Amino acid sequence: MGRYVIRRLLQMIPVFFGATLLIFLMVNVMGDPIAGLCGDKACDPSTAAQLKKEFGLDKPVWQQYLTYMGNVFTGDFGTAFNGQKVTELMSAAFPVTIRLTIVAILFEIVIGISLGVVTGLRRGRPVDTVVLMLTLVVIAIPVFVTGLLLQLLLGVEWGVVKPTVQPEAPFNELLIPGLVLASVSLAYVTRLTRTSIAENARADYVRTAIAKGLPRRRVITRHLLRNSLIPVVTFIGTDVGALMGGAIVTERIFNIHGVGYQLYQGILRQSTQTVVGFVTVLVLVFLIANLIVDLLYAVLDPRIRYA
Amino acid sequence: MPETLNKASAGAAETPAVTPVPVAAEKPRSLWSDAWRDLRRNPVFVISAVLIVFLLVVAAFPGLFTSVDPDHADLGKHYLGVPSYSHFFQEDWFGYDVQGRSIFARVLFGARASIIVGVCVTLFVTLLGGLVGMLAGYFGGWFDSLLSRITDVFFGIPLLLGAIVVLNAFTHRTIWTVVLALGILGWTQLARVMRGSVLTVKQADYVQAAKALGAGTGRIMFRHILPNAIAPVIVVATIALGGYIAAEATLSFLGIGLPPSTVSWGNDISSGQTVIRTAPHVLFFPSAMLSLTVLAFIMLGDAVRDALDPKLR
Repeated sequence: MGRYVIRRLLQMIPVFFGATLLIFLMVNVMGDPIAGLCGDKACDPSTAAQLKKEFGLDKPVWQQYLTYMGNVFTGDFGTAFNGQKVTELMSAAFPVTIRLTIVAILFEIVIGISLGVVTGLRRGRPVDTVVLMLTLVVIAIPVFVTGLLLQLLLGVEWGVVKPTVQPEAPFNELLIPGLVLASVSLAYVTRLTRTSIAENARADYVRTAIAKGLPRRRVITRHLLRNSLIPVVTFIGTDVGALMGGAIVTERIFNIHGVGYQLYQGILRQSTQTVVGFVTVLVLVFLIANLIVDLLYAVLDPRIRYA
Repeated sequence: MPETLNKASAGAAETPAVTPVPVAAEKPRSLWSDAWRDLRRNPVFVISAVLIVFLLVVAAFPGLFTSVDPDHADLGKHYLGVPSYSHFFQEDWFGYDVQGRSIFARVLFGARASIIVGVCVTLFVTLLGGLVGMLAGYFGGWFDSLLSRITDVFFGIPLLLGAIVVLNAFTHRTIWTVVLALGILGWTQLARVMRGSVLTVKQADYVQAAKALGAGTGRIMFRHILPNAIAPVIVVATIALGGYIAAEATLSFLGIGLPPSTVSWGNDISSGQTVIRTAPHVLFFPSAMLSLTVLAFIMLGDAVRDALDPKLR
């Protein structure tokens, strides 16, 4: 187990540097890192040259990247366009988005897996067909339309919840945004669980468990579900990164000041440091989430052992 | 093959008197003709295929359905008015948007942008991802490790996030920059599917036989492996097509996708959200068309998967 973790961590290193380098190149080479610093106008050549010298942008790109990564490892992510430290922005934004992601993941696990089990066990029955159609509809409607509609109906027309979220973003205000963020993934989790359960329900070990006279509930939760969850866990694990990055739309609709909001502002204001910094952290989160998923396999399926 | 055998034995069980002649006369069908036979009988496939053909016709010739210019704005025609639902196929069927443009015409003309983005991105990622996956899976070894790590690098960047960063770098955005942005980040999924598929097919006896007969690498890859490994790629690509259309709309919604002058559902949804409380129909019709299109492609992908995956039969 220990050796496996170390090997996986070592494998993560080139991927981490590759992904951050890619983002760095996209922002610095394809874009213009000082474009946002003179307001909406382009900087005049002498100011531009001075700014480039000041930020070290006249050096070769690989040297810039090395300097940047060196700073990152000492905890310095640079400053945003308005002079705020990027780390300050992060410490304000990440707790909010992490809360939002937790709410979304909980919805996926609780609603998605329950619906998947119910439909997987009743394949072809009316419940199955109805839920399957619903998941298709949810997947097809873009998140921003779902978000706007729920905000309009629940927040404005019926006044059940507050239409926008306060800067502190307590859990209870994040319920509807979390549901919106989770909606598409929730539908995928349902479909994935359904297929997996339906496939495994015919397995020999399930028949054995039933023949032993175990109660149905125990057969489903301990035998069937545990064996069917591996693809679902993989999906949810990779989804953590996607949810945190994809929260841009949800956070924009509900005015949540999280990672998506800061990233969007950073992109609009051409604040290179903000964008590269946040994306670097998101890539790291994504890689760690994938590692945790791989380790969870062994917990779910004792046949899987890591040497 | 086991499936045909099962059918044959089942048929024999029902009518014991039947001679084995009809069984022998039944030619062994290929995966593709078998899948096509299944598909034609699947109502989901028929519905989605009809929808997609209709959308393609609308995208190619929107002028067939309306003679109204989608860019003609008449501020006198108020967007606050309710759409005239009884005026089928007329200018005011779906009402007017904030600028007084006919929503019916815009919804029709907007199909083109979405379909072009969806189809082009899918072609791009299928070719690139398929090629990378094929090379990685076929050659294996250090070459596979290298390509797989490169795939991991691109996979590590969330699609929407990466696309925003790429698009932000372009000061002049067109439909092709959107295709490029979604394409260079979207190919990883298909590369992984293709690699896995090639790895299984590579072991097959007919590939070994072709090698033993002295077939060249290119011939083995494209004549023997590709036709047998492509099925899962087609399924994933079809479902992803709907996703790319939704991604384009999301980018346009964020104001970073297609330029505002392009008639597109994403742009119309984006401008409709500002008046959602007073005139929800401005938002509703482009959203509905977008959802219907995405739904059609996902349903098509589902049907194709059911037909191609022997496990589910």
